[in-house]
Amino acid sequence: MNITLRAWRQAGPSDEGGFETYQVSDVSSDMSFLEMLDVLNERLTVEGLEPIAFDSDCREGICGACGVMINGRAHGPQAATATCQLHMRSFRDGDTITVEPWRATAFQVIRDLVVDRSAFDRIIEAGGFITVATGSAPEANLTPVPKETAETAFDAAACIGCGACVAACPNSAAQLFTAAKASHLNLLPQGGAERYARTERMVDTMERFFGSCTNHGECEAACPKQISIDFIAMMNRDYVKAKLTNRGSA
Amino acid sequence: MSTVRLDAKTPPGPLADAWDNHRFSLKLVNPANKRHFKIIVIGTGLAGASAAATLAELGYQVDAFTFHDTPRRAHSIAAQGGINAAKNYRNDGDSVDRLFYDTIKGGDFRSREANVYRLAQLSLNIIDQATAQGVPFAREYGGLLDNRSFGGAQVARTFYSRGQTGQQLLLGAYQALARQVGLGTVRLWVRTEFMDVVLKEGRAVGVVVRDLLTGEITSHSAHAVVLCTGGYSNVYYLSTNAMTCNATAVWRAHRRGAAFANPCFTQIHPTCIPAAEDFQSKLTLMSESLRNDGRVWVPASPDDDRPPRQIPESDRDYYLERTYPAFGNLVPRDVASRAAKRMVDAGHGVGERQNGVYLDFQDAIARLGREAIVARYDNLMEMYNRITDEDPYQDPMRIYPAPHYTMGGLWVDYNLMTTIPGLYALGEANFSDHGANRLGASALMQGLADGYFVLPYTIGDYVAEFLNEAPVPTSDEAFARTEAELRERISGLLSMNGSRTVDDFHRQLGRMVWDECGMSRSEEGLGRALAYLPDLYEEFRNDARVPGDGESLNQTLEKAARLEDFFELAMAMCVDARHREESCGGHFREEHQTPQGEAVRDDEQFTTVSAWFWTGDPTRPSLQEEPLAFENVQLTTRSYK
Repeated sequence: MNITLRAWRQAGPSDEGGFETYQVSDVSSDMSFLEMLDVLNERLTVEGLEPIAFDSDCREGICGACGVMINGRAHGPQAATATCQLHMRSFRDGDTITVEPWRATAFQVIRDLVVDRSAFDRIIEAGGFITVATGSAPEANLTPVPKETAETAFDAAACIGCGACVAACPNSAAQLFTAAKASHLNLLPQGGAERYARTERMVDTMERFFGSCTNHGECEAACPKQISIDFIAMMNRDYVKAKLTNRGSA
Repeated sequence: MSTVRLDAKTPPGPLADAWDNHRFSLKLVNPANKRHFKIIVIGTGLAGASAAATLAELGYQVDAFTFHDTPRRAHSIAAQGGINAAKNYRNDGDSVDRLFYDTIKGGDFRSREANVYRLAQLSLNIIDQATAQGVPFAREYGGLLDNRSFGGAQVARTFYSRGQTGQQLLLGAYQALARQVGLGTVRLWVRTEFMDVVLKEGRAVGVVVRDLLTGEITSHSAHAVVLCTGGYSNVYYLSTNAMTCNATAVWRAHRRGAAFANPCFTQIHPTCIPAAEDFQSKLTLMSESLRNDGRVWVPASPDDDRPPRQIPESDRDYYLERTYPAFGNLVPRDVASRAAKRMVDAGHGVGERQNGVYLDFQDAIARLGREAIVARYDNLMEMYNRITDEDPYQDPMRIYPAPHYTMGGLWVDYNLMTTIPGLYALGEANFSDHGANRLGASALMQGLADGYFVLPYTIGDYVAEFLNEAPVPTSDEAFARTEAELRERISGLLSMNGSRTVDDFHRQLGRMVWDECGMSRSEEGLGRALAYLPDLYEEFRNDARVPGDGESLNQTLEKAARLEDFFELAMAMCVDARHREESCGGHFREEHQTPQGEAVRDDEQFTTVSAWFWTGDPTRPSLQEEPLAFENVQLTTRSYK
């Protein structure tokens, strides 16, 4: 198949950037979207042009490195799919495809399709962990965890930190990312001791970087791991409780 | 010849007490003094994140470097199946001794007894630690931890988190690291790539790194440097490794004097999706856990091109069950991979390119119901479906072996120190625990054992002697010299201005190494590769093209620098494979096999570790051999029949 690619090119954070159009021919439908970009990049290199910069690593949808807006949708047209798992069979011969980086105030563009998502790390550093120094853990089976609880915690823990939720949100809010980690840890008995302190610190840090949630639900629709916005409700409830519980302790 | 003598520092006395006794004999650093010591950790995957977090908890000043945008991207995240531990929760006869024995045997008797025993002991602590961190392991209805079985073992000792065990364990270690970063005890450097280790008077005193966003080259000094930089399967271009996995750190350390052990010990994983076309950028693993319920078969007749569901039972060859009745579909990886190669080479391959074998879930679905298979493997089934556009619940999967893991790596002693004093290697970057073949679900175990529980003890013994000594300042001439060499190298890469892409050369290198030093190797083929690789490397330097500059994000430049190291490493692999005149584990020499095609070891000559030292000519490294003593297990011919 042959496609027309409109790709965002931007030399650096302070460059204005803009779209460039490329004709890509002989695209196989078995190619992944990123392999199509690889092929184009090799051609650009041979032609003496600079290849399009984009992040990607595992190419199996688990590391969270890749992620671009494809025709205005985070990770493209297929549900529950990271960009690296999207194949060209999702497009038709003759299509024009527009690809651009995540757009969010907190995610500065570094070059072309590469953005800086380090604000996510700041949220985890603020409280996205269970305090357990190496060596101090009790025997693992001392604390039974009901299977259902463990499964729900896992559903939240499946987050890959790609940033699609922020990119898809009209407010560039990071509630789904934050709630996924807070809920994963808050649901488990191991995470109970720090539940309210964790929630308050993570949410307060999140608000330093990101916009506010107004319940559009775009994040859930864009999430390649289908993380439910129910976790946002869970986090909000914990946050209110945290404000009461932690009151006076500061 | 090198003058460094290999001393494995294996503790004397009974195996079961070795680690305890050794820990007692190590020098300790008083808690108030730890903050005077600075440690650099390169890489923040399972081994690096767990080591950096634990060292910081103990009080050391830690600087951790990763070329990723965040530690959570490390390739440890892609491990699917699980992590072994000798908990014996299943009451099925497991024990530390049995995990030790299985690992030694699985490694085809080419690993150190004391290291492996320690690994089996520490496996228990890892599960406790990870569970306390909130790693959501699979659980039984009673709320206790669940287990499954894995290749090379007859007990169920594998703990798992659906098909994403590596992700959850890495996130646990990443979160422990993030806690320390938040506390200010670890300085984290992201998008910063290690380029070289700096030596002064023979000791590792720091590193030179490159900021990938600005191209800035800087020096950092420390009392010790810890490399946790993973394996080198990407030397094959197509592998299950992530795109940016590379050998630069271990190779640059090697060039500075660290011995490289058993570079030819590479693991070809039996269950991957077969390659489709030339544009393919990587191969995707389908977890080995699938072999618990999937049955491997090919059409009995090479001419049978019917669709799989039209081939009746009588015309199928379940060759693993037929050849290895005791272990069946759960034989170790090297055995399963070679068996698949034999079937495909004999013309039984399936799929459009006839380059795979079937992995069939039909019987498991009939026996357990579709629901049960969905619960166990749905994410894998879905991944397969996305890539191939085929439905594995309906038709059997097509699988074929692919490069996956490298048992070889930097030579380390029992303390995980390389032959350069002050330079350590952890996880897949070292060679120590898996011998010639790694069993499934033990990579996560080793990375975390090294990072959480081994290095934090052993490093104190080394740094203790530098109490009240500041690290060598980065103004020292040793740093300036290393930086200057790097600047020259980078400007050389940027000025090649040839006609071919870096990826194009990498593909060509990968094909050569796969053909001659992949699943089977021969004197003749290895000689061919060693004659050809230096020329190809030369051609790369004359005809590759790296567009852009060195002062901003330049992904082609990153690839080109890594590819240089892969070229030299490929030559070391071939030299090592040619030297090792036997077949063992993942290393199969065509000259050394039984009439049935099984591997034939030569224990007389090769019960050794081959430790290679850099001489300046990558095709002529100098060799030192570390003899392996087996005092607790009997060397036997591995049989999974």
